[in-house]
Amino acid sequence: MSITQILFWFLSVVALFSALMVITNKNPVYSVLWLIATFFAISGHYILLNAQFLAIVNIIVYAGAIMVLFLFVIMLMNLNKETEPQKNRWLKMAGAVAGGCLLLVLVAALKDTDIKQQQALVNEGGIGLIKSLGKELFTTYVVPFEISSILFLSAMVGAVVIGKKE
Amino acid sequence: MPINYYIFLSLALFSIGIVGVLTRRNAIIIFMCIELMLNAVNLMLVAFSKMHYKAAVMAGDATTTAGTDGQLFVFFIMVVAAAEVSVGLAIIVMMYRNIHSVDVNFLNRLKH
Repeated sequence: MSITQILFWFLSVVALFSALMVITNKNPVYSVLWLIATFFAISGHYILLNAQFLAIVNIIVYAGAIMVLFLFVIMLMNLNKETEPQKNRWLKMAGAVAGGCLLLVLVAALKDTDIKQQQALVNEGGIGLIKSLGKELFTTYVVPFEISSILFLSAMVGAVVIGKKE
Repeated sequence: MPINYYIFLSLALFSIGIVGVLTRRNAIIIFMCIELMLNAVNLMLVAFSKMHYKAAVMAGDATTTAGTDGQLFVFFIMVVAAAEVSVGLAIIVMMYRNIHSVDVNFLNRLKH
């Protein structure tokens, strides 16, 4: 077993375990912290796939900005274990069974696909580096890139309009 | 790494997100589970991008840029997710201000 495989399994176990902790934890603050752990594990997977730009962006945008926003909102509302709304047990069980069925169906449908023999290139290949991505982003995808700045502007205006007291 | 492993890992993460949306009633946790599902899809897109790159390299094209599109797609998904989170959290804050709870069951008629 090479070091790459060991890292792959380790990161997968960390990602799945922290994702499970996100949905089982009663306290929303702990859920946010476990979700940050999940994002770090996924960033580790990106580094393993040599998609270094996305790994850094994932840490900066998701673990840095978005989760801090979540944490601020949770602390603003003063949510904790006592105020956590609970579904009744049967609804929870039905939800878990439905999700498990979806996983079962998707795995059964995708386990014998044609691309089964193909490999994802790990540890090498330069397409995930800033140089090649930046070249593509500012030539072929320059229009979507500019449109996304307008999207951000409208999201900012929308958040301020919705969030302000009337 | 075989592409199968990445597919199954992403499916597992996505299903955990689905279970979270179905079993929790806290609007913020539901929102976080949606982020988890987006990340599962991102992981799958990056794995597929590297798979196409490897196929192009194996076909003899050493300077190929096959698979760059997939990673840029992930970048744009992150951009949209950041915008979505800012608006969504503003809506949740407004909802908390009006009904003093983040329980989604109080919002099932879209009015209060």
